[in-house]
Amino acid sequence: MTWQGWALIVVFVGILLALTKPMGLWLHALYEGRRTPLHVVLGPVERGFYKLAGIDPTVEQSWRRYAVHMLLFNVALLLFTYAILRLQAFLPLNASGMPGIAPDGAFNIATSFTTNTNWQWYSGEVALSNLSQMLGLTIHNFLSAATGIALAFALFRGFARREAGSIGNFWADCTRITLYLLLPICVIYSVYLIAAGVPQTLTQQVAATTMEGARQTISMGPIASQEAIKMLGTNGGGFLNANSAHPFENPDALTNLIQMLSIFAIGFGLTWCFGKTVGNTKQGWAILSAMLVLFLAGVTVTYWQEAAGNPILHQLGVAGGNMEGKEVRFGVAASSLFAVVTTAASCGAVNAMHDSFTALGGMIPLFNIQLGEVVVGGVGAGIYGFLLFAILAVFVAGLMVGRTPEYVGKKIEGREVKLAVLAIAILPLVILGFTAIASVLPAGLAGPLNKGPHGFSEILYAFTSAVGNNGSAFAGITSGTQFYNGMLGVAMWLGRFFVIVPMLAIAGSLAAKKYTPETAGSFPTTGPLWVGLLVGTILILGGLTFLPSLALGPIADHLAMIGGTLS
Amino acid sequence: MFADIKTALRPALVLTILFALLLGIVYPLTLTGIGQLIFPSQANGSLIRDAKGNVIGSSLIAQAFTGDQYFHPRPSAAGKGYEANNSYGSNLGPASQALHDRVQADVAAYQAKAPGQSVPADLVTTSASGLDPHISPEAAFYQVVRVARARGWPEARVRAMVDKAVEYPLLGFLGEPRVNVLLLNRQLDAEGAKSPS
Repeated sequence: MTWQGWALIVVFVGILLALTKPMGLWLHALYEGRRTPLHVVLGPVERGFYKLAGIDPTVEQSWRRYAVHMLLFNVALLLFTYAILRLQAFLPLNASGMPGIAPDGAFNIATSFTTNTNWQWYSGEVALSNLSQMLGLTIHNFLSAATGIALAFALFRGFARREAGSIGNFWADCTRITLYLLLPICVIYSVYLIAAGVPQTLTQQVAATTMEGARQTISMGPIASQEAIKMLGTNGGGFLNANSAHPFENPDALTNLIQMLSIFAIGFGLTWCFGKTVGNTKQGWAILSAMLVLFLAGVTVTYWQEAAGNPILHQLGVAGGNMEGKEVRFGVAASSLFAVVTTAASCGAVNAMHDSFTALGGMIPLFNIQLGEVVVGGVGAGIYGFLLFAILAVFVAGLMVGRTPEYVGKKIEGREVKLAVLAIAILPLVILGFTAIASVLPAGLAGPLNKGPHGFSEILYAFTSAVGNNGSAFAGITSGTQFYNGMLGVAMWLGRFFVIVPMLAIAGSLAAKKYTPETAGSFPTTGPLWVGLLVGTILILGGLTFLPSLALGPIADHLAMIGGTLS
Repeated sequence: MFADIKTALRPALVLTILFALLLGIVYPLTLTGIGQLIFPSQANGSLIRDAKGNVIGSSLIAQAFTGDQYFHPRPSAAGKGYEANNSYGSNLGPASQALHDRVQADVAAYQAKAPGQSVPADLVTTSASGLDPHISPEAAFYQVVRVARARGWPEARVRAMVDKAVEYPLLGFLGEPRVNVLLLNRQLDAEGAKSPS
């Protein structure tokens, strides 16, 4: 580990903390549907959309209607992308003549992008035309992110409102977030990325004759516009196979820093926004503190392990940190930080190959996703996932002191706790269940590239990533088969919507409750005691379930690595 | 429930189409226009052309170099190596036999040419993209003797060129010190054309 590495980590966190309140204020304006300076330009677009779609943004929806409208919109978007991928061969902007994608593959991609997962069984430069990338995928990068933030707003309203029957209007939330938050930032962000070297062209390939006379075909395309929303919306699906490790997606150390910042920026802002909506910004800072404790612990372990390097390679006379699967311009520190950021959030973009990390260095990304990506988390999904844990934490605290638990002025009762457990239980249930199935069936065992415990880790990581809607991979696994496309597609769908529906039911149930003022007997939900309780709840209720699977994968792998047992 | 579904249909379908036009067509094409107008070189892949205007590569993308007179990039797992339409990492785990054997063979090959010196890590590990355009300064200096000998130049001359080619971290901590292999090799050929020895 070097001082430069730690300086990067400190500067990274420092910039984000400085951005938290401004981002939170902006989000809060959108939460309330207030007018922003951008309405001058984009207001007519917003009103035009409502008019054509027959939407009255002032009409409030019950949680049920909010959920149904959100689901049907997502189904429509999924079918739209499925059609584009199937028909790719007949559509324009396909200079290299890419064929249509088979049904199982198209189902997997469409589900993956709809659920904000961006798991990619294919290589973008090999399989997709420029039109499929732009029209089929970029729209999901925006709208799955907007959906996530809208859902977080719905839950915030549940906490903030008193004896109310509604939790907002899905269409208004989704449209405003897209137009006034995501789109404007992405326009500026993309221009910066182009200036830094990220291609933005309709040319698909350029043929070169190298200095030594060999032929090299260089893939490119409208990458910058997709890159910006890929990071800001915590989507993570690369235009090119190597994702943010590819010099065309992430050309230098500064683009790398900005990419990492943009993964977390909205997530940090949402914690502040939550505090504001419930009338006490300290509530938001408490949540952010608990997230930062878990985040910094993860960064420390991964950075330490990657800097220590691989003893098997040291024996061969190759000194220093682990550089297999890493780029020189990022080195060990920026690669380790990126890996933890991308999995703490549900981004899943990578600037290094997690599969080639040291065993424990690669276990942290895996564990981050297993915790439910509540350490900052995906845009919207992170904070609503975290609030589910907060509900369980006050419940646990309530059991200890023998009082009905309260959180930010709302009594937490049986219904909320049951629904929260339901939402949280889907993660271990599907991850471990599906991993077990894939670990015994020949079609599943055909997947891994690596042998031994690391091969098991590849399967475990795939289902963890799918259910957690992350999208990163231990990418050695060959997942473009009917078996994996189907299983992972279903896993992604369950991981997204089987968390969302109970969460919205909680929002509806909380919104209907009356306000319970804090008394001397209330458990305080702002101080260090609360932060500690949150961290403990997340680690014990969220993490402990996965310990046996980690023992079979990364921990066994670590013992093999330090013992020099090759497989 | 039925009313919930019925009221969702029109907004779901219409907004899918409207957002597809805005985010899938207008947004990327507008940026393509801006990029092509203001930053044509970067927007088109930072291509490098020879005197006749033929494309020889991109300054951001590694290409294969095998001759002793050139600096070599890191090994590549992109296709058969350096396939810039097939970016790939090796994805080999830390205790992988295949990784061990590959590194062992690469170390032996380097040490056959420069006995006694330990090989810098980045020279025998594949990058994440398979297209890493850079090597560490240590990996560049490690190759100086070979390149100088192949060109019949004094070592100091090559070393001075590497010195000039090293890019340093921004503000002292952002990024790693590095050398762009393609640009350095172009520099070598350009110098060679000016004064052969």
